Amino acid sequence: MAAIIEIKDLVKDFRLGAVPVHVLKGISFEIERGDFVSIMGPSGSGKSTLMNILGCLDTPTSGSYQLDGVSVGALNSDQLAEIRNKKIGFVFQQFNLLARTIASENVELPLLYSDTPAGERHERAMKALLAVGLAGREDHQPSQLSGGQQQRVAIARSLVNNPRIILADEPTGALDSRIGIEIMAIFQRLNRDEGITMIVVTHDPDIASYASRNLHFKDGRLQGDVRLEKPRDARKDLEQLPAEPVEEVAPA
Amino acid sequence: MNKLITSIRIALRALKVNQARSALTMLGIIIGVAAVIAMVGVGAGATTRIQQQIQSIGSNLIIVLPGSISANGVRLGSGAVATLTQDDAKAIATDCPSVAITAPTVRGGVQVVYGSNNWATTAQGVTPDYMTIRDYTLLFGQFFTTQDVDAAAKTAVLGETVAQNLFGDSDPTGQVVIIKNVPFTVVGVLTPKGQSPTGQDQDDVILLPISTATEKVLGANKANAKAVSSLMVQAISPEAMDQAIQEVEALLHERHRILPGLDDDFTIRNLTEVFAAQETSAQVMSILLGAIASVSLIVGGIGIMNIMLVSVTERTREIGLRLAVGAKRGDILSQFLVEAVTLSLLGGIIGIVTGLTASLLISYFAQWSTQVSMLSILTSFLFSALVGVFFGYYPARKAAFLNPIEALRYE
Repeated sequence: MAAIIEIKDLVKDFRLGAVPVHVLKGISFEIERGDFVSIMGPSGSGKSTLMNILGCLDTPTSGSYQLDGVSVGALNSDQLAEIRNKKIGFVFQQFNLLARTIASENVELPLLYSDTPAGERHERAMKALLAVGLAGREDHQPSQLSGGQQQRVAIARSLVNNPRIILADEPTGALDSRIGIEIMAIFQRLNRDEGITMIVVTHDPDIASYASRNLHFKDGRLQGDVRLEKPRDARKDLEQLPAEPVEEVAPA
Repeated sequence: MNKLITSIRIALRALKVNQARSALTMLGIIIGVAAVIAMVGVGAGATTRIQQQIQSIGSNLIIVLPGSISANGVRLGSGAVATLTQDDAKAIATDCPSVAITAPTVRGGVQVVYGSNNWATTAQGVTPDYMTIRDYTLLFGQFFTTQDVDAAAKTAVLGETVAQNLFGDSDPTGQVVIIKNVPFTVVGVLTPKGQSPTGQDQDDVILLPISTATEKVLGANKANAKAVSSLMVQAISPEAMDQAIQEVEALLHERHRILPGLDDDFTIRNLTEVFAAQETSAQVMSILLGAIASVSLIVGGIGIMNIMLVSVTERTREIGLRLAVGAKRGDILSQFLVEAVTLSLLGGIIGIVTGLTASLLISYFAQWSTQVSMLSILTSFLFSALVGVFFGYYPARKAAFLNPIEALRYE
């Protein structure tokens, strides 16, 4: 399996006033196509900065980053936007759905920026909603959905452009643990069935144990790189949990 | 195209979410556009009215009045001495190449009697050329002829006001009116001209053949039986006005034997020039009104900029998300620009309707003629679009150049 992400000697400095802050101090690693990677580390370890660079939202100060064979460092902001649009799906801790906008239109959002005709946009949004188990909720606004459902809408949005990788930044951080496992079950299925490379940033070792590889960061350096022989299966874990008696309802 | 429609849809949705705010923002533009349309309408109406009044006098007109003379060191006022005659009129008409026709006039107050009705008005002794020079048309009957003038016939043409006061709405032609015990047969009634630029009723007049007027009604001037009160001269074209004035002046100098350096015994007035000045001042007023109204349009534009800036700040996270999922800077720029232009154009359209209504109300209640031209509607429509682009650009640019990472984290 060829690497989809190749990072070499990646350095990122920020300038706070006159003092340069070295956030990433020379990081090198590769992520293979179709892998499921978790990224862990304490606050300030530089993992968010790394995620921003991996997501083409930011560019490194030095070092190289190859995404799917493209050297990202040489691209301008429009070309980066195109890569974000075509190859990357984002899932955020706070869901970041558009308020007062129904689920299907939230999911369609990335397609607005890829010249997709309206009919096809809707069709693909419905397919993505079906894939995260939200068929029938397409006309609900975020305020009418529970947190777990909102995050699933966000996952559908990240899927709708058929991305190569999905970057999830603390996707379960705002959710109940059971719902967190449900989200991981969806990720595992997308990783297994669709072959989408998953990268999940988390604080929670339980969540990390669903990934097949753990990258551990500390003080801007890669500290640990562990491959799990047998990652946990979220679907099986869910079956063993006592069944939820009620369907998720929107919080008051 | 597809993208533009999408941008417009996104913009409309964003505006709908904040309906009250959008409406208030638009109000600035609505008032601005409505003010421009109504004010320019008022100005244009005033200009047109002055133009109509000038036309009612007749075109390319020069008026020659008998002037002041000094008799034994006493200077007499203009018209006190009859220095202009019907012969001067004939000479001007034949000898001045830039003059088309002349119309000598004698004038005096009379009491006109018909049956038990009577009416005080101005009698003017004129020739048939007077009708041409003043662009008169007839409501009833016809004008008296040159033969009538030569024969000093007792015929009269009534102004509309006089006809109304003596005969009501009925056709007075063929009836006999009495002026100073002389019976006159009414041969025609003039089509009304309304007010003159100086506010006089131009229809309160009775026209008589000049010969009859001097001999039978007003009484001939003792010094000169052929003296006239004024002399209207029509130049052959608007461009020939100055030339005609010079020719008339030279001819009258010669005929009246006025040596160089001595005072003229006549005065020449270019009527068109006098009223053109009034017209210019009306136009200046309408430009001024429009300019003041435009200021409110600019204020409306600033309102749009203000609200768009608030909107950009409020929607920072949304902008960050759009950038993250692949919106280019240009997409964000055009989204917010379309939003601003939509606001200003919607405001513009409502403003046009409001302005039209306002100018109708002004003309209805203030009895003030207003005139809204297609041009001023189009201009204010385009101008409001321009206001949207101009005042929307800065906020839109601010949105487009947000850092997506910071925008996504913005609380």
